[in-house]
Amino acid sequence: MSAVLETRDLCKSFGALTVAENISFRLQAGARHALIGPNGAGKTTFVNMLTGLLAPSSGELLLGGEDIGRLTPAARVKRGLGRTFQINTLFRDVSVLDNVALGVAERHGVAARLWRSANSHREVREESFGLLETLGLSQDAGKRIVDLPYGKQRLVEIAIALGLKPRVLLLDEPAAGVPSLESGMILQVLDRLPGEIAVLIIEHDMDVVFRFAQCITVLVEGKVLCEGTPAEIAGDERVKRVYLGERHE
Amino acid sequence: MIRSIGYGADPRVRIIEWLPWVAAIAAFFLLPEYLSLGARILTYVLFALSLDLILGYAGIITLGHSAFFGIGAYVAGILSAKLGVTEPLLLLFAAACAAGTLGMATGAVILRTHGLTQLMLTLAIAALCLEIAHKATPITGGADGLSGVTIAPILGAFKFDMFGKTAYLWCLTLLFAGWWLTRKIIYSPFGATLAGIRENRVRMHAIGVPVYRRLLTVYAISAMIAGVAGALLAETNQFVGLNVLGFETSGELMVMLILGGVGRLYGAFVGPLVYLIAQDVLAKQFPEYWYFGIGLMLVLVVLFARGGILGMADALAARLRNHT
Repeated sequence: MSAVLETRDLCKSFGALTVAENISFRLQAGARHALIGPNGAGKTTFVNMLTGLLAPSSGELLLGGEDIGRLTPAARVKRGLGRTFQINTLFRDVSVLDNVALGVAERHGVAARLWRSANSHREVREESFGLLETLGLSQDAGKRIVDLPYGKQRLVEIAIALGLKPRVLLLDEPAAGVPSLESGMILQVLDRLPGEIAVLIIEHDMDVVFRFAQCITVLVEGKVLCEGTPAEIAGDERVKRVYLGERHE
Repeated sequence: MIRSIGYGADPRVRIIEWLPWVAAIAAFFLLPEYLSLGARILTYVLFALSLDLILGYAGIITLGHSAFFGIGAYVAGILSAKLGVTEPLLLLFAAACAAGTLGMATGAVILRTHGLTQLMLTLAIAALCLEIAHKATPITGGADGLSGVTIAPILGAFKFDMFGKTAYLWCLTLLFAGWWLTRKIIYSPFGATLAGIRENRVRMHAIGVPVYRRLLTVYAISAMIAGVAGALLAETNQFVGLNVLGFETSGELMVMLILGGVGRLYGAFVGPLVYLIAQDVLAKQFPEYWYFGIGLMLVLVVLFARGGILGMADALAARLRNHT
């Protein structure tokens, strides 16, 4: 299978502090891939480099074979790289529908228009509503984000990313902070994500990781420790040592 | 008051939104002795609208908006006094083009920065413009100001009269056009994007919005509107003083907008109205201490009405609704 997203020797340093070191990584088309590692392993730094929020110190970044290392975050999104955030970045006082419509309008190329009212762009509203319907959020379309339970807010994050029609979707801890009663609906949505989208999930919750991923990469102190199927990773002594400590031996 | 914008907002003009226009027309007939003050207020409302567009809706902090107002005033004034161009519409068009070009050129630098750096840069650009106007005495009149501005009748038919009737109606017409344009922008997809950028820039990057380009566009549009307001001042006063480019003009404008309510569209109507009437009344009653009254008013707004006068009215209306 061909890699839709690939990094070659990606490095990031802040002065003398190296937070990512020679990360070479391949995400196959349509894959369900997880990136795990203890706190401070550099997972979010890696995602921020992929999306362009952080510039790598060195290394290559390819999306569909094209070097996107010098592109702006917006240009990367236009080429099919979508993401969700670990901490909610939704517009809290705005309706659920509007949160999704902003992204859909940008993709449709109508977001820079000045003369017609936003309200008159029916195609944007209908597509946004359709997305919410798919994720079971149609009843909440008119509600403000601040009035939604946290689990549903996380689903809105995913709806926004799906509205961009990405080739690659980066999910940064989609279930973080979600009460256990609500995490079921997030897992259901993850299971139903379109097969043509390659998904990279960064997650601490191992139940979510082992249920969702076909392949897992373990990141420790900014370096790739190992990569393999869930069974291989579960049996890897180095991974156990990282998560459970030296005494485990 | 416009707070709800975006894809679910109804863009139709509500009845209450006609209130300022009815009041302005009523003032024309009922208060003929205040028409010159009225024209000044209308000009400042247009100027405040341009600031609200970038500060209230796009979140661009500036203390140098007088640069665009000033260049608009000087372009109209110089074209008339030095080159004999007296057609008022042509002067407005030239002022809008000049201010828009300055907005594009300076915005290209300013909008790459944030926070205090951005604030200082806007201040520096206005100070540069002021110094250029100050030194270029043969063209601008320097510290003495630019006199000899003559304006032909509007559309060849409506002559500027000594009672200020034509000036008032001319300002009202242009304010209406400015309001219509600003309102159109606010309710457009572009306006929704601006509000998104103001609230959360990182999120807007993540959904593919070219943030810098959008900000530059609105900055140039705002500069053009401010330039038209400046040209309007030159046309109605038939004089351009250095103060149009000064920090005081930018500061006063900011105070007016805060007083009325930032990011509410009609805050730009209420603020200049209250500020300039208070200034007129206080300056007559207490010629030496009138600024004290303005300062006190601002302190009260900052302490008790963070959303300005309109914010206070909103809160009051919400409280009344909850009681009934």
